[in-house]
Amino acid sequence: MPKIKMPKSNPSLDMTPMVDLAFLLVTFFMLTASARVSEPVVVDTPSSNSDKLLPENVILVTIDDKGKAYYNINNYDVRIKTLERMGAQYKVDFNEKEKKEFAKMTSFGVPIETLKQYINMDENGRLAAKSPGIPLDSLNNQLGDWIQFGRIEAAKQAKTQKDKAEKASRAFKYEPIRFAIKADGKANYINVKQVIKVFTDKEIYRFNLITNLEKGNE
Amino acid sequence: MAEVNTGDGGGHGKHEKKRAKKSSTRIDMTPMVDLAFLLLTFFVLTSTFSKPKAMEINFPADSKDRSKDQKVNNAITFIMTKDNGVFYYNGEFYPPNNKDAKPPTELTKTDFSKEGIHKLLLDRYKPTLDAIAILDKRFKSKEIVDTTYKRLINLEKGNKDALTVLIKADDKAIYKNVIDLIDELNVCLVGKYAVVDMMPTELELLNITNK
Repeated sequence: MPKIKMPKSNPSLDMTPMVDLAFLLVTFFMLTASARVSEPVVVDTPSSNSDKLLPENVILVTIDDKGKAYYNINNYDVRIKTLERMGAQYKVDFNEKEKKEFAKMTSFGVPIETLKQYINMDENGRLAAKSPGIPLDSLNNQLGDWIQFGRIEAAKQAKTQKDKAEKASRAFKYEPIRFAIKADGKANYINVKQVIKVFTDKEIYRFNLITNLEKGNE
Repeated sequence: MAEVNTGDGGGHGKHEKKRAKKSSTRIDMTPMVDLAFLLLTFFVLTSTFSKPKAMEINFPADSKDRSKDQKVNNAITFIMTKDNGVFYYNGEFYPPNNKDAKPPTELTKTDFSKEGIHKLLLDRYKPTLDAIAILDKRFKSKEIVDTTYKRLINLEKGNKDALTVLIKADDKAIYKNVIDLIDELNVCLVGKYAVVDMMPTELELLNITNK
């Protein structure tokens, strides 16, 4: 009986197109991705039909459902400068390492007195630590100072960048710093109002209220 | 993997030719693919897709330096309170036993459903919405250019007879409701609205009405 010969086919297949695609996707995600940062608090923002994007250059105040305030400012250099100003104001010394560490952080919700310990924790410690929120009452208005100094330093940095650009005769698009409030939907409005009061006391009247885009239209 | 060609020692035959070793031009791509997919997975998981959306809003400056009695022609005031409650009244507020001998204001309850605030707003805002609809038509038929169109719309929204919406919230109201209302106003193209503080008399009335 003759043996039935199975056709010998090469078990390895050409992977080139798949690899091409994989690398294409990798490149796409690498270029578009902005890394997710671990925030100390998760807020569930209310939804709206607004499809305006949040500007890049913002001072962000987060309000969680308990009404505690958190502060964040994006720019690395501005963060360091702001921390220095705050340290000088409240007589807290931060060394270079702490400043650098602070610049890498995201939102924080601790008063300046305990900020030093907070900075010196590692990331997991910070997430586990309970943030008491930044004080914002009229006697101890640290949030107001953070906003004010952040704003001044951001303006200063924009100025130096503009000078540099002018020297090199490059075009420079000045984007003023914006102010954003990201509050939890369940937060009491009175807490949000307090934060807004801090802003309006500094003569800032225009805000971006961060929302989720609502699905479907009414 | 690596092979070292040691040769056969000294026994070179006469007939032996020097021949380049034939090796496959294919390389094993599996590790590279593994790595590529690993990276792909990493970036997919760590990237945040949706950039946060925001609505821009102007808050009024402190009302201290403004005259107390600001006449508003066509106003509606919404008051938020606990348990998602919304009340509204039209026009100006008159406390009981006011000196103008006007009937005291009463609060009407409404809600965030389609039949509630949305309908109410469309109803009250009809004159402006009609005007905007006419502008829309003119824009669509290319009668006016888009800059004119935008300007006219803003003019219409800012018209002194257009509806002005005041948003007030008591201490127990939640933020979500305020946003919902502002969003509703944006949907209804209301141009004149403000989030303001509540008057004590209003709070009193609210507490009586919302038992």
